[in-house]
Amino acid sequence: MPEVSVMAKSTPTTKMKGAQALIEALRREGVEVVFGHPGGASLPLYDALYDVPEILHVLVRHEQVAAHAAKGYAVASGKVGVCMATSGPGATNLVTGIADAYMDSTAVVAITGQVPTAVIGRDAFQEADVTGITLPITKHNFLIRRAEEIPEVIRKAFYLARTGRPGPVLVDVPRDLQQVEMEFTFPEEISIRGYRPVTEGNVNQIANAARAIASSRKPILYIGGGVIISNASPEVRELAERTRIPVTYTLMAKGAFPDDHPLCLGMLGMHGTAYANYAINTSDLIIAVGARFDDRVTGRLKDFAPEATIIHIDIDPAEIGKNKPAHIPIVGDAKRVLQVLLEMVQPPQDIEPWHKQIEEWRRKYPLRYRQSSDIPKPQFVIDLLSRAWGGRAVVTTDVGQHQMWAAQFFLCREPRTFITSGGLGAMGFGFPAAMGAWFARPNKPVVAILGDGGFQMTIQDLATAVEWKMPLKLFIINNGSLGMVRQWQELFYHRRYSHVWLKNPDFARVAASFGAEGISVRHPEEVEPAIFRAMEIEDRPVVVDCHVDPEENCFPMIPSGQSVKEMILDLD
Amino acid sequence: MVTRRTLSILVENQPGVLAKVAGLFRRRGYNIHSLAVGITENPEVSRIVTVVEAGPEETEQIIKQLNKLVEVLRVNDVTNHHTVDRELALVKVNATPGTRAEIMEVASIFRANVVDVSEKTMTLEVTGKGEKIDAIIQLLRKHGIREMVRTGQVTLVRGVQTT
Ligand SMILES: Cc1ncc(C[n+]2csc(CCOP(=O)(O)OP(=O)(O)O)c2C)c(N)n1
Ligand SMILES: [Mg+2]
Repeated sequence: MPEVSVMAKSTPTTKMKGAQALIEALRREGVEVVFGHPGGASLPLYDALYDVPEILHVLVRHEQVAAHAAKGYAVASGKVGVCMATSGPGATNLVTGIADAYMDSTAVVAITGQVPTAVIGRDAFQEADVTGITLPITKHNFLIRRAEEIPEVIRKAFYLARTGRPGPVLVDVPRDLQQVEMEFTFPEEISIRGYRPVTEGNVNQIANAARAIASSRKPILYIGGGVIISNASPEVRELAERTRIPVTYTLMAKGAFPDDHPLCLGMLGMHGTAYANYAINTSDLIIAVGARFDDRVTGRLKDFAPEATIIHIDIDPAEIGKNKPAHIPIVGDAKRVLQVLLEMVQPPQDIEPWHKQIEEWRRKYPLRYRQSSDIPKPQFVIDLLSRAWGGRAVVTTDVGQHQMWAAQFFLCREPRTFITSGGLGAMGFGFPAAMGAWFARPNKPVVAILGDGGFQMTIQDLATAVEWKMPLKLFIINNGSLGMVRQWQELFYHRRYSHVWLKNPDFARVAASFGAEGISVRHPEEVEPAIFRAMEIEDRPVVVDCHVDPEENCFPMIPSGQSVKEMILDLD
Repeated sequence: MVTRRTLSILVENQPGVLAKVAGLFRRRGYNIHSLAVGITENPEVSRIVTVVEAGPEETEQIIKQLNKLVEVLRVNDVTNHHTVDRELALVKVNATPGTRAEIMEVASIFRANVVDVSEKTMTLEVTGKGEKIDAIIQLLRKHGIREMVRTGQVTLVRGVQTT
């Protein structure tokens, strides 16, 4: 039996209300900004917040935005993002954003008001079983039962959210406990029995990995979001450069390795580059770091990289062997494991033929598009955005074709500069995430690449962005459709376009009515001036509505559940 | 190959923990054959014994996923240990003056206790391995089982070892 948790040092106690204790605990956790929306069950919390100007509160217009913004903030900053909602409908509105943070292993703490303890379970006004609802989409959740436990629970929530494999943690606080007078004690240290993430990898296994690398001929580094979470980009880069092993990344790891590095093969998977997919599927050794062999990456599992020995480095033991058996499993923090590996690793002997082969694929199957017509191609717009901001901006995306084109054509060089909804694929994410990112990186340009469909899921929060004078650059890749769904209907449902064409508002005028800048672009030559105009605006968001070719498809594509052999490079 | 595996899980004795464990099984599609929960020698800790139907890789996944729950303190696959396994059943059977003796005889063979008698029924309490309970139920069936209740399996490893 592990030892019972010990509270080492604690601060001297003071009397205050539960709500004040909660806000004080947030302050001590170093929280700079909370995204939230008040209501009956969180009134005492908001009353306490009124006295604490150090914590910024951003009043969003829909709680979903609060949760997505908290994730955007967390990814961009590497800190814990915080969102807050009232009971019932406020809490249920957070759910999509919590699920998104769960799927992408992002450190988010969600605080929800709950109906008073005495009426819990009686279908009270605005009661919802929020700990029940969020059970499968949180790393952990708490229902506060005594006011005295509030500071300790908040401390535990932040600790759980950011350590090990990070994830969202929800704290549900009944209103009566927010009002109770209590003794405030803030534990300096906490330990939670039953929670001991392993960070140091097994040295013997790491040595095995080093041997496998030295004797490989066609190795590849396959890096995932875990590399960014563990701040392991420098180690990945050193490993790649010292061994000359090419690197492919998942959507979640874009930015972890520079897109313009000679060893970079770009993203792999369903809409990855052809050369990354050919390379991984031909490889004899895969070094998977903080990646989880997701179906969007592997396609049909039994045909994925059939000849490769697999080294799988992940902090979550449950990921190892979940989808693809690992020959050399290493449980640990990516950064720590790579540091130890770097002490032992020797470059593979005869890797030149492999590089030649990859260069040939690169030459033969480059990412490309043809900007010929008098209407901008979506890739052309993103290409120009990349030329303007690539490598300098934080970019967020929504979900759909434009997201995949952004992954393909927008250049990133640094971790935490590409923020997207990966595992959940939640439309409506891109714009709120940009708001969150702006709070984390106020001195960087923040560019959002949005779909005309997805933007409309959270567009109401232009009000918030205007209120805070956020100089966000919001680019709508407006193809007048739910483009990704339209593409699937075109390819797999005989062009029976069922409910995918959008009758859109004039987004520029919508933006203007919120007090944002609105620009419409309909011709290829208008794109660049619109970008320059957007660069100049510093005191409010700008919405650039780019009308693009509605029929463009996103390629390459490995259809769902298939393998690299079935990859569609192009339609003609 | 899918077989029955017995997992012994120590958890924090807190509200909602059983729901978390059960919810994990449901959403990941694991097959539970039986589940029993109760407190242990330490009042802060409960033990869940569950029998699952799973292959070796799935069992490994189940254990890893269980370990990710913060309230789960330890998970052991005790399938291949020497164990004491018990279930308990209460069986209410029809009984007439003519069948009582026969029922008593069955009860004594299985070391079942008669825990309630009425004019028309007898209730037997039987403990043992699942197969033993299956067997007595089979024999009592011809008298007509009015109602019965059966617990999930509880298991402890034999000898000084603890799990
Ligand atoms: C909340 C939500 N609903 C539905 C979907 C399914 N879906 C995936 S992509 C897509 C189309 C998105 O359209 P748009 O935002 O215009 O982007 P485009 O694909 O046209 O670039 C849809 C409906 C989703 N991912 N999320
Ligand atoms: Mg669209």
